[in-house]
Amino acid sequence: MNLIHDIRESYAQVLRRRWFLRDCGIGLGSIAASTLMNSDQAAAVSSPDANPLAPRQPHFAPKAKRVIYIFQAGAPSHLELFDNKPELTKRDGQLPPAELLKGYRAAFINPNSALLGPKFKYERHGQCGMELSEVLPHTAAIADELCLIRTLQTDAVNHAPAQIMMNTGSQQFGRPSIGAWTLYGLGSESADLPGFVVLTSAKGTSGGASNYGSGFLPTMYGGIPFRSAGDPVLYLSNPPGVDAESQRASLDTLQRLNGLAVKAAGDPEIAARIQSYEMAYRLQTSAPELMDLASESKDSLEKYGVKDPKESSFARNCLLARRLIERGVRFVQLFHEAWDQHGNLTAGVKANAADTDRASAALVADLKERGLLNDTIVVWGGEFGRTPMVQGGNDGRDHHNRCFSMWLAGGGVKAGLTYGQTDELGFNVTENPVHVHDLNATLLHLLGFDHTRLTFRSQGRDYRLTDVHGQVVQGILA
Amino acid sequence: MPSRRQQFLLCLLLIAAKSSAQATAGEKQIDFARQVQPILAEHCSQCHGVDQDARKGGLRLDTAEDALRGGESGERAIVPEHPEQSELIRRIISSDQDTLMPPPSTKNPLSEAQIETLKQWIAQGAQFESHWAFTAPQKISLPAGHSAHPVDSIVSSRLQEDGLAISASASSSALCRRLYLDLIGLPPTPQQLADFETQGLEATADKLLQSRQYAEKWARHWLDVARYSDTNGYEKDLQREQWAWRDWVINAIDQDMPYDQFLIEQIAGDLLPGATQDQIIATGFLRNSMINEEGAIVAEQFRMVEMFDRIDCIGKGVLGLSTQCAQCHSHKFDPVSHTEYYGMFAFLNNSWEARSWVYSKEQQQTLQDLRNRMSALEGQMKEQRPQWLQEQSQWEAALTSQLPPWVPVVTTELGSISGLNHPVQEADKSIIMLGHTSADVFMISAPDLKGITGLQLEALNHGDLPHRGPGRSSTGTWGISELEVFTKAPGSSEWQKVKLVSASADFSSPENKQPDGKKATGPVSFLIDGSDDTTWVSDRGIGRRNQPSVAVIQFEQPLDAPEGTELKIAMRMTDMLGCCRFSLTTHPQPSAPPVDHAITLAIQKPAAERSDVQQTAVFNGWCRTVPEFKAINDQIDELWKSWPTAVTSILHLSERPARYARTTSLLDRGNWDQPRQPIEPHTPAAFHNFPADASRDRLGFARWLADRKSPLTARVAVNRVWQAIFGEGLVETPEDFGTRAPVPEYRELLDWLSVDFMEHGWSQKHLIRTIVTSAVWRQSSQASPEMLERDPRNRLLARGPRFRAEAEVIRDIALSVSGLLSERKGGPGVIPPVPQNVLDYNYVYPSYWKPAEGSDRYCRTVYGFRKRSMPDPVMTSFDAPNGDFSCVRRVRSNTPLAALTALNETIFVEAARALALRILREAGDSDSSRADYAFLLCMSRHPDDQEREEVLALLKSRRERIADGWLNAREISTGDAAKLPELPAGTTPQDAAAWTLVARVLLNLDETLSKN
Repeated sequence: MNLIHDIRESYAQVLRRRWFLRDCGIGLGSIAASTLMNSDQAAAVSSPDANPLAPRQPHFAPKAKRVIYIFQAGAPSHLELFDNKPELTKRDGQLPPAELLKGYRAAFINPNSALLGPKFKYERHGQCGMELSEVLPHTAAIADELCLIRTLQTDAVNHAPAQIMMNTGSQQFGRPSIGAWTLYGLGSESADLPGFVVLTSAKGTSGGASNYGSGFLPTMYGGIPFRSAGDPVLYLSNPPGVDAESQRASLDTLQRLNGLAVKAAGDPEIAARIQSYEMAYRLQTSAPELMDLASESKDSLEKYGVKDPKESSFARNCLLARRLIERGVRFVQLFHEAWDQHGNLTAGVKANAADTDRASAALVADLKERGLLNDTIVVWGGEFGRTPMVQGGNDGRDHHNRCFSMWLAGGGVKAGLTYGQTDELGFNVTENPVHVHDLNATLLHLLGFDHTRLTFRSQGRDYRLTDVHGQVVQGILA
Repeated sequence: MPSRRQQFLLCLLLIAAKSSAQATAGEKQIDFARQVQPILAEHCSQCHGVDQDARKGGLRLDTAEDALRGGESGERAIVPEHPEQSELIRRIISSDQDTLMPPPSTKNPLSEAQIETLKQWIAQGAQFESHWAFTAPQKISLPAGHSAHPVDSIVSSRLQEDGLAISASASSSALCRRLYLDLIGLPPTPQQLADFETQGLEATADKLLQSRQYAEKWARHWLDVARYSDTNGYEKDLQREQWAWRDWVINAIDQDMPYDQFLIEQIAGDLLPGATQDQIIATGFLRNSMINEEGAIVAEQFRMVEMFDRIDCIGKGVLGLSTQCAQCHSHKFDPVSHTEYYGMFAFLNNSWEARSWVYSKEQQQTLQDLRNRMSALEGQMKEQRPQWLQEQSQWEAALTSQLPPWVPVVTTELGSISGLNHPVQEADKSIIMLGHTSADVFMISAPDLKGITGLQLEALNHGDLPHRGPGRSSTGTWGISELEVFTKAPGSSEWQKVKLVSASADFSSPENKQPDGKKATGPVSFLIDGSDDTTWVSDRGIGRRNQPSVAVIQFEQPLDAPEGTELKIAMRMTDMLGCCRFSLTTHPQPSAPPVDHAITLAIQKPAAERSDVQQTAVFNGWCRTVPEFKAINDQIDELWKSWPTAVTSILHLSERPARYARTTSLLDRGNWDQPRQPIEPHTPAAFHNFPADASRDRLGFARWLADRKSPLTARVAVNRVWQAIFGEGLVETPEDFGTRAPVPEYRELLDWLSVDFMEHGWSQKHLIRTIVTSAVWRQSSQASPEMLERDPRNRLLARGPRFRAEAEVIRDIALSVSGLLSERKGGPGVIPPVPQNVLDYNYVYPSYWKPAEGSDRYCRTVYGFRKRSMPDPVMTSFDAPNGDFSCVRRVRSNTPLAALTALNETIFVEAARALALRILREAGDSDSSRADYAFLLCMSRHPDDQEREEVLALLKSRRERIADGWLNAREISTGDAAKLPELPAGTTPQDAAAWTLVARVLLNLDETLSKN
């Protein structure tokens, strides 16, 4: 009798431990590392025995382990920043060729509006001779690290659907974001911080929280916003009057009482809850530590252009992104919604470039210096481009989804490359189009996934980030 | 302690047991539904299923007839009893990579076991069964020798097969708490716990089912399905008034409205004979879709997105079937073809996106009285002038003869100067302006400009506008600050302004100067006075404001322009018009007739074709010309002034009349702008028939959905109720009962309950009562390690349910046990406090976000305001959906963010403080009895000794820290170091503070947060 009892007790402990690992949320990952994604049946990903956030091996050896996705929301003008069009300057004020407009829809304007010459000068930079606009001097200085794609294409012409499209591969709400897919595929390597962190500057985005949501994936894969004002993570601060000692004492009692409940009820979910409260406690220290730039050198702050280390800014977010990556966070996404220049194009683009150019470049340089760029992908771009045609008087551009530019840097991406050709007006792609699905397929490829096999079953269908589309862009792989 | 070796041996034993079970399966009859059908669905249906366009080799494997016939190759895919002759088997075991099935490129190979299963199935005769879910449910005769209770009978007989049995009942107090949480979503009070002991389970269940709180708890499940929200979603995410629909759901569930009627009213209540206001409100269900108000959108594109969302919602929520696939192509796995999808779509596609006022019961009575009094006065006038009809006709004839001939303008280009709005012209030449409420539009045309003397602008009603418009303000009003006319000679690029000299209108509001002295609204002359500060407004006041208006503008010189001259009309508006029409005339002195435009429109129709409203309008118009009627006319005007201001409004459906009937087309790849062949309303062939005598409209469709013959409607509803009580449905995927869903362990139970549900008038209360009176429901949730290993998710139901409560219940528990919970009977969404950094990060800042104070702050969470792009973080932390789309199954996460929320969020902190004071107030003066009471409140039981010691130890250490000056008692118990709490007699601030800290712990206990 005693022996049987002992075996049962012991087995129960093993079992509890396993459940504990599975449901503990964040942390403890390395203990339960496994390679679930190699399973033929993608649905097996939801195997009950593994911690869903444990680090996992992807389908094949990855080129990169982490992503920093700088989402420039509002749609930056490719014509003012990345895609030099002297012909557009020449034809400033003329109507576009009629054949170009067949079946074309802009968002606001009658497509048959006069062409508008680019507002800035371009020069070639770096060993590679990448052509970049004069408003991006710092980006120009890291041209040799960049892979500039000039031929992005998307399906949507309105902001909210297009942002959702870029981030989730669908214009319909409810699909998981690329960050969530990445975390689902690779798990988290941070014991003290969430695996997918979101940082925001400028105003709220059109796509809102769906841009970084978990969709039909379990909630734990969604992006967690770290906020620049107030609590960095919601409800991080204890109520007024509750000091650190009281918090610890309260949690100790809570954990012991919950521990008694594990014994009484035998529900492994309670053990998981104990773990969540511990992680919450750790987060109360780790999140403020992360957000506190006191340990950053003056030089570092200057490089990024952080003026006030306490004040929210795009520059501060870039620096925080590096700190997050250093602490094992898998996917960091910055949102900077500022680029919707229907009017005030010249001043608007100039101001936005001034806000973002230095820090974006500093981030890439900093990652390189710290040896992190090798296996981190940095992505920079928005949801669509802007029309070669004018909107309003002579200083605005409408939404344009036929071509736009983005840049990538880091793990597995060919550096110093300008990829793809658009026509002389920057209207259509003439060579090497890269649809949103192709971009996403490529990003997953760099992370070690066959994008057709990273799937999740919902409503009887195996969904993927790239829907039924997407080709890896071989031409940009290092 | 066992050694590692002992553990290893135990594992081996378990593995051995598993494989021997598999070995014996060989001799058993293969179960098509459980064993074969899933293989076909998973590995074959993609290319050999329902989707004709995707079908390869002409072979279809999901029906017996097709599979036995084979494909284009002429080989018989399946030869019953002869696996070796069956092409299917040859192909799946082929060693040739080119003929192997599934093709290696799909990376979806069959396992050895699956191949063996298929072979055996063919050897046994290859019996096909249609998918269980598409056959109507039937009650099996209950297994003999088991309990008389149907649930217990089916479950215990099944458990017996596995050598298991139903677990013992949970303790009485645990059952009481479970019952309260299941039925009303609130924990029992100490008094209710005591009453339960004397009244027992059944009487208590009956009492709870009759309470309003039952409806408040169960409505929430339907609100998830119906993607209810108080905002429109997308970028702008502006507020909408939709709470009347939410309250309708609560009322319907409170009254236990039969589920079939519940569906019919929500999908087509407006089409029911003599539809009541409530039945119209019910159709708000399908209007819960998101509305895009982003600048420059094409309204029709996003109306289509709303339509897709409606089909998705009905698919998940009513049919239990994923439909999204069939939006773009025929479904790969389930019998919904691309055409059938648009067949269902067509039933719903003929609706206005209407918005109407909602009146209280009293107001509805007032309205009826007013109408009665008006028609009595009208009757009086008719009595006084028996020849009224003749006189009226003469008056009409005179009026008609004076009407200038108007030729509507056919536009060649329509737009807005900002580009934000894209107007469209309809067949009747009216111009519809939906989408963004841009304030400036222009219309370009190339009409015949020979002797044109003036222009007419009609502001018209339209079913897609608030209260039928003509404007787009929340009351349907509008204001035009300036109207300008230009011409452009052929070949020229210059627009020449046309000088406008006089404007007349059927009605203008009196002049109203704004306090700034600059801006003014009123007369129609403001339309052409060259100033954007002055605005023409035509608001006839409450009750009469939503009717057409007309303005006529004379040109200084008649236009005589060569052919090809273009005409541009531009309008700048303060409140946008939603529907208008422009016309031109050559009449020498055009002006607006001296009657309401509604009358002008009516008299141009033959009397027989006029609606009642039009008849009355014309009659009233004539009455106003009769001097003797002045007194009565004045009385009618007075009555109009007492028209009540509606309580709220509602987004709802209303059917488009025949002349506006929409044709539905199949959309290629689901693209809104790629219509293909027209599709008639029809339902998928795999379901029950659409009755031959039923109307092929929305009401017919609703009745078809709620038909007792439907294989899925009752099952889906019952499964959702089961899911709410047991944490998982009998079918694990409530949104998908199709061929890819796992065959449920307890299909017979689901079917029995579904038929019983229908037999008992589709009564949800009856269904819930049946479930909670079973021994299966009463089981203790305690799980042994063996059973945890064997059945971690409790699919066998050999123990009671235990799971974390849903977001709303968790918050309501905190409010309830702390004594803060307040009663509320519906009404507008109550704004919860959210951190400023959440508010700040909106695309459009919600300046209306003023958190409720007073008792509303603590009302049940179902009444909380739901903002799609900024969901209350408390709700999100505990997995409540944000309403972007239909959600029939919530995930249950267990995250650090949820922990932080329950520890530190404002309402939870306020609840901890209030709970402390309640304990001090109600539980005597010993800490020990207080601890017992606190446990009783939170967990419906007393603590055991160890638990009590833990609580007292924390309390003691907190008292010490307070006494030593480390902690500020006032700050902890009120949030403000200078403020004292309302202390119960005989207690100190130190008591309140120490107990606040303990209460915070208790509110966070897993057991408090869980249904057990």
